[in-house]
Amino acid sequence: MKVSENWLRELVPLSADHPALVERLNMIGHEVEDDAPVGESLEGVAVARIVECAKHPQADRLQVCRVDAGGGILQVVCGAPNARAGLLAPLAKVGATLPGGIVIKAAQLRGVESHGMLCSAKELGLDADASGLLELPDDAPVGAPLADYLCLPDHVLDLGLTPNRADCLSMNGLAADVAAAFGMRFDPPVVGVIPPSSARRIEIGVEAVADCPRYCGRCIEGIDPSARTPRWMRERLQRSGVRPVGFPVDVTQYVMLELGQPMHAFDAAKLQGPIGARRARAGETLKLLDEREAALDPDFLVITDADRPVALGGVMGGFDTRVSEGTHDVFLEAAHFAPAAIAGRARKLAMQTDAAHRFERGVDPALPRIALERAAALILETAGGRAGPILETASPQYLPERSQVLLRRARIPRVLGITIADGEVARILESLDMRVEPAQDGWRVTPPSRRFDIEREEDLIEEVARIHGYAEIPARLPAGEPPAPVDDETRLPQGALRAQMVARDYREAVCYAFVDAGLLKTWNLDERAIPLANPLSADLGVMRTSLLPGLVEALRANRNRQQARVRLFETGTVFLRGHGNAPQRQPVAAPVERTMLAAVSCGAARSEQWGERSRAVDFFDLKGDLESLLAMTGEAPAWSFDRESLPSWLHPGRAARVLREGRPVGVLGSLHPQLLRMLDLDQDVYVFEAGIDALTRRGLPSAHGLPRFPSVRRDIAVELPHTVAWSDVGSLLRGTLGAILVQVLIFDVYTGQNLKEGEKSLAIGLILQDDSRTLTVEDADHGVAAAVAALETAFGARLRS
Amino acid sequence: MEALNARIDEALAAIHSAQSLDALEALRVALLGKSGAITAELKALGALPAEQRKARGAEVNAARDALTAAIAARRAQLDQAALHHRLASESLDVTLPGRDAQRGSIHPLTRTLERIESIFASLGYEVAEGPEIEDDWHNFEALNFPAHHPARAMHDTFYFDDGRLLRTHTSPVQVRAMKGRQPPIRIIAPGKVYRSDSDQTHSPMFHQVEGLLVDESATMADLKGTLATFLRAFFGRDFEMMFKPTFFPFVEPGADVIIRWDLPGGGSRWLEVLGCGMVHPNVLSNCGIDPERCTGFAFGMGVERLAMLRYGIADLRAFFENDIRFLKQFA
Repeated sequence: MKVSENWLRELVPLSADHPALVERLNMIGHEVEDDAPVGESLEGVAVARIVECAKHPQADRLQVCRVDAGGGILQVVCGAPNARAGLLAPLAKVGATLPGGIVIKAAQLRGVESHGMLCSAKELGLDADASGLLELPDDAPVGAPLADYLCLPDHVLDLGLTPNRADCLSMNGLAADVAAAFGMRFDPPVVGVIPPSSARRIEIGVEAVADCPRYCGRCIEGIDPSARTPRWMRERLQRSGVRPVGFPVDVTQYVMLELGQPMHAFDAAKLQGPIGARRARAGETLKLLDEREAALDPDFLVITDADRPVALGGVMGGFDTRVSEGTHDVFLEAAHFAPAAIAGRARKLAMQTDAAHRFERGVDPALPRIALERAAALILETAGGRAGPILETASPQYLPERSQVLLRRARIPRVLGITIADGEVARILESLDMRVEPAQDGWRVTPPSRRFDIEREEDLIEEVARIHGYAEIPARLPAGEPPAPVDDETRLPQGALRAQMVARDYREAVCYAFVDAGLLKTWNLDERAIPLANPLSADLGVMRTSLLPGLVEALRANRNRQQARVRLFETGTVFLRGHGNAPQRQPVAAPVERTMLAAVSCGAARSEQWGERSRAVDFFDLKGDLESLLAMTGEAPAWSFDRESLPSWLHPGRAARVLREGRPVGVLGSLHPQLLRMLDLDQDVYVFEAGIDALTRRGLPSAHGLPRFPSVRRDIAVELPHTVAWSDVGSLLRGTLGAILVQVLIFDVYTGQNLKEGEKSLAIGLILQDDSRTLTVEDADHGVAAAVAALETAFGARLRS
Repeated sequence: MEALNARIDEALAAIHSAQSLDALEALRVALLGKSGAITAELKALGALPAEQRKARGAEVNAARDALTAAIAARRAQLDQAALHHRLASESLDVTLPGRDAQRGSIHPLTRTLERIESIFASLGYEVAEGPEIEDDWHNFEALNFPAHHPARAMHDTFYFDDGRLLRTHTSPVQVRAMKGRQPPIRIIAPGKVYRSDSDQTHSPMFHQVEGLLVDESATMADLKGTLATFLRAFFGRDFEMMFKPTFFPFVEPGADVIIRWDLPGGGSRWLEVLGCGMVHPNVLSNCGIDPERCTGFAFGMGVERLAMLRYGIADLRAFFENDIRFLKQFA
């Protein structure tokens, strides 16, 4: 909310200077988000009347004016097109300095003496209007310093009011809070009663009594349709960020700013019958003041005349019954609308109004009558007319009532950690217009009707702390014992996995969790994707079902930035639509969230080096990177790889499923050439992705004694069909040789010359050891023979000679 | 006699000028070997008369010792020279880069999160987690945001068709933590949060760390001390810190934490770095904790903001562009 500092100071005569006021506002929770100076002191500039205007003898565009600036008539040469006899305008007298540093001197202009300068708004630094002299109203006091008349200089403070402090959305409300903050008392200016001088009345019958528990209205007839909003009011509206639209609507806006009560002015002549308030009917429409046609439904509250909607209650008036230039008679509305009946309605129509902003936060229900008196007084003062009686319909049972809240003395230190003297507590609460009665162990406090936010003890404690000052609360560490730490050693910290990826030369990326639906479709990963109902844009439209599409996009972006070798990884959540069986009472099965680790790699296997030939990254590079993570679980045998059920986006021959204890937990491989083409990637990209749960589960080490007898190594080379998987060879050897085979390793894979078509040769190392004795040569020979025999039987393998 | 001396001088000269171990060995054999000249002299001693034998014997032995010593000395010289030569030939350009020295890098957000987690771990806080797709109850209702409350409008929320939403803050983890355990509770909840807002200073996805302490004696003074301790540890220095009243529906009283931040060009300004407050009694009750018995405090911080301040990152969007020229700065 924008606030004129001068206006605030008129209500609360502060001795604090500008910086101190700003600081205090911040410290009581009304953040000064912007602080804009308005105007300057304009010394030597006064309100002046042009008494006479004559053509300059030597120049067509200039006039010679005789000007009364209080203290004698001065001759001033002026070139403004709107200079005319009778006009009131600012005069910068000789010796004055204007914004921008122009010093006014007595001068001869084309041979005619000029003692000062009549000014435009721009020349005074007030606004951008340089089209002519700033025209002042006829009632401006001639001779008075212009700055005084315009209340300059001023500051416009833009306050970031929190949604709980709707009471501060008015000058009176804010003044009360500021006064309390400075230990002063604020009494709102007295609003006098305007006794009816007209019998004109429009009856009120409210149907939606819960939505509109109070509706007050009053007619004012016979106002001068040519009346203009007084300059001071226009200034205040403008500095408050409200655009003046004309009299008498400006009065309703002004009263809203001053008191906090949103009002509406109807043209009484256009109202066809008694005023009502009801929920809109399906299909009803209403043309609003901003000329937009609002399609209504029973969610909206409408104000009606003889059942026709004429305003959107608490949001905006209707177009047909608006006040216009020829309006002589107005009907003023000041009502209390329940926040629940207004909240979200303006948003639903993609609009925001000052009225809705206030009503959805809560407006003091005591205000409507006062607002009507105040508005009537301001209208009569400026435009004459006769005020009718105030008519009111109220349903007290629906009016919000502030109930008494018990504040226990002992609770204050429990929450704040400091004790505040009883007298100070009572003083603070009273300064905030609360009624404070002593109770046995504290105080019974009744907040004023405008404080919707005070409902319970903690709310009062906050008020006490806020005014007493948060700075008074000391800083110390909690006294209580921290909960006993639990460190689950069977879980590898995710950070350890990340550190390992970094050690393997990958950079960590963080991608958006929502991606383009089209991208997931390209990957064929869209089946269980969950779309957002209100995405920011289509390319952030669905939740990712895998980390890889996003990571590969990041890889691609880096390749487009001339990076030939890109290695990225990410840990993050993927989201899958829940499967059918929704639990009872839930309309849809809960979405599944999984934390994954994924890596992508393209370009050279190692960064360019002088000592060895560069080669492109391949499947086994990535597999090695992944296996270095698997090794961290300490349970290497639990992991296996196969080629079952591979996703369509992987190269069918260069990809594997990753299994832990036989359950699939991830994939590894080269992206399918077709996908590469669709993604416009011209280089092989290797990737893996696996569930963090499986990657971080690890067993507790269980130590056993060291072997007491030496081991024997025997190497064999066998030829067998190309299709036989190493994992099957290894399993067979382990099964055949049993416990004495402590390690089996493969140290060469050969295909090519000297082999049968479709065969390969594997060089295998067998490390044999027995726990109970030293193995003999015969033992080892026997083992090797058994191994070769088993391979022959199972795979048709032959021992290479 | 003269003849022997002359031969010895000659031999010594030959030894000194021997250019290789092989030449030296040949000299040794020629002089001291089985059929060497000196050996022959020694053998010839037996044929001399007894009175000459002694004197002659001493001369020949002396000559043999002198030659043996000269050969050993020359061998040592030649060995040394050979070693020097080998070392010289084996020397490397040690300024060439080593193999496989390349390391990747941790994302600055992760680095920041890990630092935050470790500082709070030292204060006894455990990490808690919750889903990123939340329901309205956990994200708003339980945290004292009634339906239609304007405070909800401050959270530009992403929704799904079934009414679920992407959590707008990590605060729902508070609710889950309190429902899942009994005080004393000290947790932090790091994670991704989402708001439908995107410009230079807003990202539709960002990171927060929520903190929660509930026990029988927590006060706002404890909150202040905790956050002062954290900020000092995080930034590695002291600065002025202030609590400023503000409003979050799930705390009362609520505060923004501002710190006096030195600007690179000199001067300083107040910066908001955290939001916090005492857990609202309604929230405690919603989670099955008796607000008469226990009090609690909660705080929330934006990880991007802290990382930007800590590492001098000027553009929020850099975090999510994954440009390796940016990422490699955080090795």
